[in-house]
Amino acid sequence: MSDKEIVNNENENQNSHLNVPKNGRREALKTLATIPVIGAMAYGVIKKKNQEYRNKRVGNIFAFETTPTVMDRQPDGQTIRLGIIGFGIRGSQLMQALGFATPQHIDHLKDLAKQDVQNTRYKDFLEQEDLNIVVNGVCDIFDVYAKEAATAGANKNREGSEGKFANLPVIYENYKDLLAAKDIDAVIIATPDHWHGTMVIDAVNAGKHVYVEKPLTWTVPETYLVADAVKKSNVIFQLGHQGRQIEINHRAKEIIKKGLIGKVTLAEVSTNRNDPNGAWVYSIHPEANPSTIDWKQFEGNPVRIKEYLDYMTSVGATKYVGPDSRDKFSLERFFRWRCWWDYSTGLSGDLLTHEYDAMNHMLDLGIPASATSSGGVYFFKDGRTVPDVLQTTFEFPDRDMTMLYTATLASQYNRPRKIMATDATIELGSTLNVTIDPQSELYREKIQQGIIKAGEPFYRYASGKSIDALSSATEMYFAERGLLFSYVEGKRYNTTYLHLREWIECIRQKKQPSCGIKEAFEEAMAAHMGTRAYLEGRTMYWDADKQVITRG
Amino acid sequence: MTTKNIYTRGQLTWLVVLRVLIGWYFMYEGLTKIMTPNWTSYAYLRDSQGWFAPFFTMLTDNAWVMSTVNAINMYGLTIIGLCMILGCFVQFANIGAIGLLSLYYLSHPPMLDVHYLIRPEGSYMWVDKNLIMLGAIAVLMLFPTSKLIGLDRWIFRKCKK
Repeated sequence: MSDKEIVNNENENQNSHLNVPKNGRREALKTLATIPVIGAMAYGVIKKKNQEYRNKRVGNIFAFETTPTVMDRQPDGQTIRLGIIGFGIRGSQLMQALGFATPQHIDHLKDLAKQDVQNTRYKDFLEQEDLNIVVNGVCDIFDVYAKEAATAGANKNREGSEGKFANLPVIYENYKDLLAAKDIDAVIIATPDHWHGTMVIDAVNAGKHVYVEKPLTWTVPETYLVADAVKKSNVIFQLGHQGRQIEINHRAKEIIKKGLIGKVTLAEVSTNRNDPNGAWVYSIHPEANPSTIDWKQFEGNPVRIKEYLDYMTSVGATKYVGPDSRDKFSLERFFRWRCWWDYSTGLSGDLLTHEYDAMNHMLDLGIPASATSSGGVYFFKDGRTVPDVLQTTFEFPDRDMTMLYTATLASQYNRPRKIMATDATIELGSTLNVTIDPQSELYREKIQQGIIKAGEPFYRYASGKSIDALSSATEMYFAERGLLFSYVEGKRYNTTYLHLREWIECIRQKKQPSCGIKEAFEEAMAAHMGTRAYLEGRTMYWDADKQVITRG
Repeated sequence: MTTKNIYTRGQLTWLVVLRVLIGWYFMYEGLTKIMTPNWTSYAYLRDSQGWFAPFFTMLTDNAWVMSTVNAINMYGLTIIGLCMILGCFVQFANIGAIGLLSLYYLSHPPMLDVHYLIRPEGSYMWVDKNLIMLGAIAVLMLFPTSKLIGLDRWIFRKCKK
């Protein structure tokens, strides 16, 4: 800056001070010079708002209000007294969802929190709502698990190994003794598949409310017995498909019901896992041996075993039986029972059932008219008899649609559930995405007007929040990863917790849970049809009048 | 701060333009947040990295703290931007802006080998746009213009009287 310039400026400035009235206009200009900028911004903002409003109206087609899916609680209602049958991997998860964990597990969670401040599992567990339940009895045929179940049941205050515990629940060596106990109102059954049906029938006959893990049954004949027993009783029954509690599935159901995606012709679902644990090669406990495991009880109910063997023999599928004899003690078969048809229902019962139940929930499919399956043991050639790659197709001709299940245990590539229809396709992963079909009649006008971009995700929904294609990239990004969940809901809910909570509240309020015996019977029959189609290598049909599986 | 104009016309023009541009940026950021239903900084804070990440993550634990943080962002940014554009109480706005920018920088430091879920739209190592803007505002604090062009011209004269 030159001296001359400074002097000029100063003079100008002094003038403005001295001659306010004279230079009033100039003064006002200098004071208000930047105000038009605000006008420009206001213009831009209003324009953007109008544009958003126009698009929002289209987005709102999907963003309707829904009724809450979570049941109201009666926390001061009756205390429910539980018995736990089976404390393996799933049994311990179910107990954690109920708020009961072993002190060792709590110590582990504390360590995780210490190592990583962002790991909130310990805090989440402590904050999990108290369901007003007590665990009065536990049963597991492996002594170590039985003791662990008891310590978890006594850990009412969710403490680590230095904590104070309530009295240990009674450890029962046989589940029938647990069922006979007068201080137990309800039981949770998380045993291997070959025991599910028998235990449900016995529990219902003992007047206990039942939560049983999926699948409902191991054999077809027992499925009818279970359904009859539950229907004739007053017990509250829930099958462990916690997917019934997934909020986006409820949303999808309503979108479909409102006709917003048009006519559904194909539902595509899958299982993709790629680790030994996911393929049921679970670790073998070092303290497991013939003296700590009641192998006789593990073998199963002789009536069920006969049903199983009769069927396998009658269809020439004996190559899938064994290969070990049933009375031969085997740690592998005890801990990795899912790998053998002798105890398991394979992919059909373990994982297809989750997918089928989700679709049955959203589309009210009922039992399929027919099923075909193919696959094989292609990767885990460890002596297992159940396939590790499986494709099952269910036909629903009265609904003019197919459900395709496709699974591999040797690739984790993420394939979201897809419900494909004439006007749009719903994809269900961690979020719900709706993509409008380019050939849609329903949305043709809006596609032509450029309001809807066909073929691209148009509407997204994640945990209570509707996001249309106009929302910010960040919002969409986080929605996709489900990160909005905990904030929108104020709390992160575990679906297993919600499913158990629903069952417990239904016991208190004498209501019907979401995955009752009707849904369970449909799930079991669909899975059995898929299994039989695989074992027999031919199409299985459902005779709806006679309620039986036929071969056409 | 002097009301005397010690700048050349060019200097004054570009200092004011810089002030208005930064103000525009702040104000529109704030307005967008206000206009977005249920806008929250939750995800951004959860995505914090670096030394101060535990602090920023901690803010998300409490609903009341979260709503305060959200309000500061929505209305703070808008008001700071408005003040910069209009040239009123600009020195206070500058301090607020430097405060917010420092927090943004500390919660999302552009360190090597750090990956954010919200990816920045450029390539940065140690220096990012927040830091540059912070530097620009520091310059504007030392070369103030609002008493020459802006409402402060009138406000501070009134005060003087």
